[in-house]
Amino acid sequence: MTDMLLKDPYNIVITGIGGQGNVLASRLLSNMLVKRGFKVTIGETFGMSQRGGSVMSHIRVSAKSVWSPQIPKGGADLVVALEPIEAIRVLAAYGNPAVRTLVNVRAIYPVGVITGEDEYPSEEKIREAVAALSAQAEFIPATDEAVRLGNPILGNIVMIGAVAGLGVLPIDAELFESVIREGMAAARVEPNLRAFAIGRAAVARK
Amino acid sequence: MPLDRKQREGDEVLLMGNEAIARGALEAGIRVAVAYPGTPSSEIIETLSRFAETGKLYVEWSSNEKVALEVAAAGSFAGLRSLCVMKQNGVNVASDFLLHLGGSGTRAGLVLVSCDDPGALSSVNEGESRHFARLMEIPLLEPADFTEAKEIARWAFELSEAIHNVVMVRSVTRMSHASGNVVLGALPDRPVKAAFVCDGPVSDPDTGPVISTPVVAKHRLQQEKLRRAASLFEESPFNRYEGPESPELLIVTSSACLLYSREAVTILNAQNRVGILKLGTTFPLPQELIARHLRTADKILIVEEVLPFLEEQIKILVAERAGELGIKTFFGKNDSAIPMVGELNPDLVAAAVGRILKIDPPTVPAEYAEKVRELSAIAPKREQTFCPGCPHRASFWGIREALMRDGRNGFVCGDIGCYAMASLFPATGYHISRTMHSMGSATGLASGFGKFKPFGMEQPAIAVCGDSTFYHAAIPALINAVHQNSEMVFIVLDNGGTAMTGFQSHPGLDVNAMGEKVPLVDIAALCASMGVPVSTGDPFDLAGTRETLNRLMEEPGVKVLILKQACALAPEKKGKKKYKVSVDEALCRGDACGCNRICTRIFRCPGLLWNRKKKKAEVDEVICAGCGFCAKICPAGAIRCEEAAKP
Repeated sequence: MTDMLLKDPYNIVITGIGGQGNVLASRLLSNMLVKRGFKVTIGETFGMSQRGGSVMSHIRVSAKSVWSPQIPKGGADLVVALEPIEAIRVLAAYGNPAVRTLVNVRAIYPVGVITGEDEYPSEEKIREAVAALSAQAEFIPATDEAVRLGNPILGNIVMIGAVAGLGVLPIDAELFESVIREGMAAARVEPNLRAFAIGRAAVARK
Repeated sequence: MPLDRKQREGDEVLLMGNEAIARGALEAGIRVAVAYPGTPSSEIIETLSRFAETGKLYVEWSSNEKVALEVAAAGSFAGLRSLCVMKQNGVNVASDFLLHLGGSGTRAGLVLVSCDDPGALSSVNEGESRHFARLMEIPLLEPADFTEAKEIARWAFELSEAIHNVVMVRSVTRMSHASGNVVLGALPDRPVKAAFVCDGPVSDPDTGPVISTPVVAKHRLQQEKLRRAASLFEESPFNRYEGPESPELLIVTSSACLLYSREAVTILNAQNRVGILKLGTTFPLPQELIARHLRTADKILIVEEVLPFLEEQIKILVAERAGELGIKTFFGKNDSAIPMVGELNPDLVAAAVGRILKIDPPTVPAEYAEKVRELSAIAPKREQTFCPGCPHRASFWGIREALMRDGRNGFVCGDIGCYAMASLFPATGYHISRTMHSMGSATGLASGFGKFKPFGMEQPAIAVCGDSTFYHAAIPALINAVHQNSEMVFIVLDNGGTAMTGFQSHPGLDVNAMGEKVPLVDIAALCASMGVPVSTGDPFDLAGTRETLNRLMEEPGVKVLILKQACALAPEKKGKKKYKVSVDEALCRGDACGCNRICTRIFRCPGLLWNRKKKKAEVDEVICAGCGFCAKICPAGAIRCEEAAKP
């Protein structure tokens, strides 16, 4: 775990589909960083999140000041995708040769794919594209792990654990626990801690 | 985590802009907080409802924005600091009262917060509410970050009391829905007793009747209040300059555009060439302050979203003081340096500054951009759609079948809510709404269409509206249609709450924003009291909806149909499936014989997948909400529903 930011501001995009817990993931991660003494700005697009659209949170982390709630194009340092093709969409707009990307491999089909009008790319193709557009790319079966824990929604927490496992931000399990104990019912804390640990291990052991 | 009662003065917490505004109002000691929900404003009142307490803080979801402002004004007249919140087009609804309120003046602090939505991220308009401040002659404040959102919301009440008039605070989606660090201030705990003192002379603003007459005298007084606000604005800490003493280019900006401008200057590494004058008080302008800064630069770029509100005021200022300020070159909306439509971001501002200073903004390496072009094409687009199990999809399917059977080329007038999606994607089956305007407008339009038979118009008109929209604005139009003996079917898509904005209460429910049990106003009973036939149905009963609707379309006059089924995301439904739905592959005809994949291609429920290899439909059990409606549309009867096991 590092105490310093690799860059100031450090720019994180968390992306997914409405209902995947994108907003909660960005809040939890940001609250951890605020507890570490950083200035954090989150920009969110969730007005249409209930209706199957893409959801995206831009997180700017700085030791010094407030930054724009929108990251400049090509300016992401870390992309966390709760859905694989959303990773590609975000990399196309905010990626650059130094970006790190974490991808939950569970696909959620857009309505055009369901109707047979569009084709969803194979996992292999997605992996190739994400790897080609990232300095580091990690693929995590976050939803599968969450289903094993008894609730697919925990996929977002597995991914936050994976962020901790990368070691690029000053966050750890202890800090995560202190943040979720403030905002969550006691019964929900334990599965969240397990999800975080699974995600952390999935990236850290590599 | 979210703003709550546990946090203390001095705590540094991450707050959403809307929470910061709510906190500022609490720190100002508000007693009344009222709104009609609308994205991106709803979280302000939602946050405050967690602080509601009888006799200490009254919180209300009103039936519409005009009523909300009236309730809040009553608070002010009774000596209670009051907050009223709405989205940008809500100000249009409240504007008639606002015009007269500005004339009458106020007592205890009264603040109107409008959250605009540049780029229409969750609106069907790009309404610009700042112009209302100018039109209604009331002061306007615009916060540019999260700390300031709290501070401006707090100070706005002091300003309102200093000038005895309502003060407007304007946020935008990227402020209201963004989050940042905020240090909490103290919450005052002064006891208060409400009373409306109104037995004094007309001329006394503190004891007389609160009216906008005599008009000319009151109008003159209102303008004096504005001049007083302008003089306070000259010294306001919400107006700040950052940059060199004599910048080559002076940016004048407000709101989230400050953050975009600052970042643009950083991107271009032009901190020594560009100065930024950030205004938190944007009407009336602090003219002396602005003139001082205009003197330092010849090139002026005005960075703002939607209409050229600052730009026009500053150009007038420069024209009036031409002798003193000299010739300026302006960049902004008028010369298209800044786009006139859509929201801004750091890149758009960097492009504008870059063009003026002849600096090329940095881009990703060409090789990377080439890879993006090549590889990103594999990502299929993601359209919005009705949720799995959404009763609106079923309602529109039933309406579509009834219209097809009716055969007179009838149409649906659409309205505002999730069901507005029925006016998108016109190529596919049940997306049959053919008009979409403001809340309640479907009913007014259908009231008109239903009178044009003497001109040869034979198409039947159907108006739809949601339950919250019914109370908000459909009732006057419905009364009109009944009284004018128009011919129309009026359908209420009743999903049991203000679903699109997060299930806020409305007058059809027996609980209010305080969590208290309250009387409800029944839609069917209210419609029946107008003397028109009222039918009710369940949208998931396809045959029933179709039969009822076809019968109603044959009858003269106004007919009401209430299609009642809770939203698929309603707390009582979430995660509970009525049916276990599956596809019998032996019966599914696929592409082969005539159904043309009606379930996936036309019905478009995210719970139904088209398996390209098998050429059969299948159910995605993770996504399917178990409503079972798709079983009714499959011509081959291949979709099976079994009662789901109770969890």
